[in-house]
Amino acid sequence: MMDFLNAIIVLFNFTVIPALAYGSQLALGAIFVTLIYAVLRFANFATGDMMSFGTMFAVILTYYFQSLGFGLGVLPTALLTIPFAILMMILYMLIIDKFVFSYYRVKKSPPVQFAMVSVGVMFVTQALIRIIIGPSDRRFLDGEKFIIKATEFKEMTGLAEGITLKSTQAITIIVTLIVVSIMFWFLNRTKTGTSMRAYSDNEDLALLSGIDPKRVVLITWVIAGILATIGGVLYGLDKSYRPFVYFNNMLPIFAAAIVGGIGNPFGAFLGGYVIAFAEIFVTYAYKRFISYLLPEHLEPDSLLQLLSTDYKFAVSFSILVIVLLIRPSGIFKGKVI
Amino acid sequence: MRNYKNVIAAYSIMIFLIILVGIFQSWSIALTILNYCLISAVMTIGANIQWGYAGLINFGIMGYTALGGLAVVLVSVEPVKKAWQVGGLNILACIWIIVAIIFVVKFILNRFEKSKLRNYSVASVILGGIILLRVTAAPGIEAIESVDPAKTGFLGGMGLPVLFSWIVGALLAGSLAFVIGKIALGLRADYLAIATLLIAEIIVSIIKHEEWLARGVKNVIGLKRPAPYEIDLQTSEWFINLVAKFNSSKLNLINSISDKQEALNQMVIDASSVYVKLCFTGLFLTVVIILLIVTQKALYSPWGRKMRAIRDNEEAASAMGKNIVKEHLLIFILGSAIVGLAGAMMVTNDGLFTPGSYRPMRYTFVIWVMVIVGGTGNNFGAILGGFVVWFLWVEAAPIALFLINLFTSHLPETNAVRVHLIESAPYFRFLVIGIGLLLIMRYRPQGIIPEKIIKQ
Repeated sequence: MMDFLNAIIVLFNFTVIPALAYGSQLALGAIFVTLIYAVLRFANFATGDMMSFGTMFAVILTYYFQSLGFGLGVLPTALLTIPFAILMMILYMLIIDKFVFSYYRVKKSPPVQFAMVSVGVMFVTQALIRIIIGPSDRRFLDGEKFIIKATEFKEMTGLAEGITLKSTQAITIIVTLIVVSIMFWFLNRTKTGTSMRAYSDNEDLALLSGIDPKRVVLITWVIAGILATIGGVLYGLDKSYRPFVYFNNMLPIFAAAIVGGIGNPFGAFLGGYVIAFAEIFVTYAYKRFISYLLPEHLEPDSLLQLLSTDYKFAVSFSILVIVLLIRPSGIFKGKVI
Repeated sequence: MRNYKNVIAAYSIMIFLIILVGIFQSWSIALTILNYCLISAVMTIGANIQWGYAGLINFGIMGYTALGGLAVVLVSVEPVKKAWQVGGLNILACIWIIVAIIFVVKFILNRFEKSKLRNYSVASVILGGIILLRVTAAPGIEAIESVDPAKTGFLGGMGLPVLFSWIVGALLAGSLAFVIGKIALGLRADYLAIATLLIAEIIVSIIKHEEWLARGVKNVIGLKRPAPYEIDLQTSEWFINLVAKFNSSKLNLINSISDKQEALNQMVIDASSVYVKLCFTGLFLTVVIILLIVTQKALYSPWGRKMRAIRDNEEAASAMGKNIVKEHLLIFILGSAIVGLAGAMMVTNDGLFTPGSYRPMRYTFVIWVMVIVGGTGNNFGAILGGFVVWFLWVEAAPIALFLINLFTSHLPETNAVRVHLIESAPYFRFLVIGIGLLLIMRYRPQGIIPEKIIKQ
């Protein structure tokens, strides 16, 4: 019995908790991608860099607040800076939309052209980030680091294995749940949310029924800014802030959005977790887990790892390829918002 | 006729800019830029075939480039005999297992009707195959990687001349494109872009982490060259005489013999690097010209017209009895093979294979910017795009530095803003490329040299 509990705890500590946190970060990004895709109708290749841009403001403001002596005590100061960072992010997105995307929207350009334009935005955003804050690795986490430490857990329960819960992981999961529930409530229950869904479903009909397209676009960018900044800051708190890594994160985020059915926010939300759990379950070495469950003489020699952790990204992309092959519209039918 | 004037003017400006670099910086730098421009031009020809001729978005250029680079290692490096002895058998067995898996899966797919059972059996065959692969490969890989890990630790190549690897690179990239095309070509345009982007990432991560194949992130250095080495040149009689002849007027001005000898030595060292680069330029130029002739011929042949018809209206072309799936696959393979060739050329030029340096920014998106800026559907335009964008990519930093110094010259040396700007000068290249792309997309969406339709 004790062995069984230990095994469960090993699995929980090394796979479930990290996957939940990572999945939440991906989910926020994936909803961002999917919203832009559903309402503005293009694949935004600047996703990762936009998240990075929002996070950059949070990092700078965190340093500023720290120098002023503001703080939230046990919670990271970054949480305090998120609202300001979101404002800056939304401002940037609206400027970009006004000067870049709106022209193609009015012209009703094909999605391919939008995608290429977003590549241009990606270059510019990346340049701005590197010019403003530089490409180096930054940590901006302060406050309490752990909620539960492994040693404390062991003492409390008397088990051989412990659970470590980092405060960033808990914050990530809680904040994601709050943000996502508010967003779904907004999309499904409010009049503005309904008008957004209508616009996404059929633009002409929506225009006919008196929905103001400018307002819909504006609100989409506002929500996108909130999601991008929060997702980026949570990732940065959990790992560290590095512009290059954010660009690379775009790839699993895209995978999550497509796996969930692009254009479908709820699908994207779950897609984030699907990708995260798959990445971690496939690359986790099960030796310790199995050794608790099997009798001693059957203990395995190898690590029992399906793929080495080097292939973390490759796993999510392979899932994407499989989903595209078997069910191109994603696990949940896409494009419904 | 006016069109040709545009082309000639644009290319003359480009050549003039490179000559300016030669005068103001150095001829060696100018030739390096020119060589990379030519390599970029080959890549843009490849991408332009896919995007400009057929309207296929391939964001997987990085993957084919890396594969082309891998071909150079696999072909030209001398085989590591010891590694083959200790682990070659396992690797060969693995190749057979992969072939067997593919055949079994194909057999199941062809033989049985679409059903849940079929899906499960295919999945279990693949999963079982992967586990079998890991079990077979693990001891072999471990043995190979422990053979003199500081220098080799991989299987090595075939020890063939390096030029041969350019063809192999194209073949490898083409066959990869066949597989990817089979999987992904049915997708909608933007899905295809994302799928190819991710698949390229998988390929690069495999090359990076399978160290028995090409040392992975430990890099392979000192690859063979199709051109003479600088050291050999500096000691060979005819080359020194040649340099002396070229610079005789300068040398004659120097009176003392020892000074003369010293000046000559310096000239020989400079000239040797220029000479080697010129050799590469000649090779690359030949490739670009051959490709240009072939692609131009193809573009204005019945086949090219068919491709444009498919690009412009798939349904109409399909109604006329053209097999769209087949043509798309063919053009996907051709374009990717050319990109693979460019990847092999680039590694040959560098003389080293560094899988860690393959990043989507540099090898996918910049190439795409080249195609868009130069002119989609026009080979002259695509090549020009390669030149212009690569030139900007390299020269943006020095130009930015110059401008920053100019505009902040009234500020003191220690001014924080000035110091910060000077430090971040290298990143202005992203800004220049990004804004350039946005401006071109907005005000000249057909590119610098637009597509030209000849009415026959």
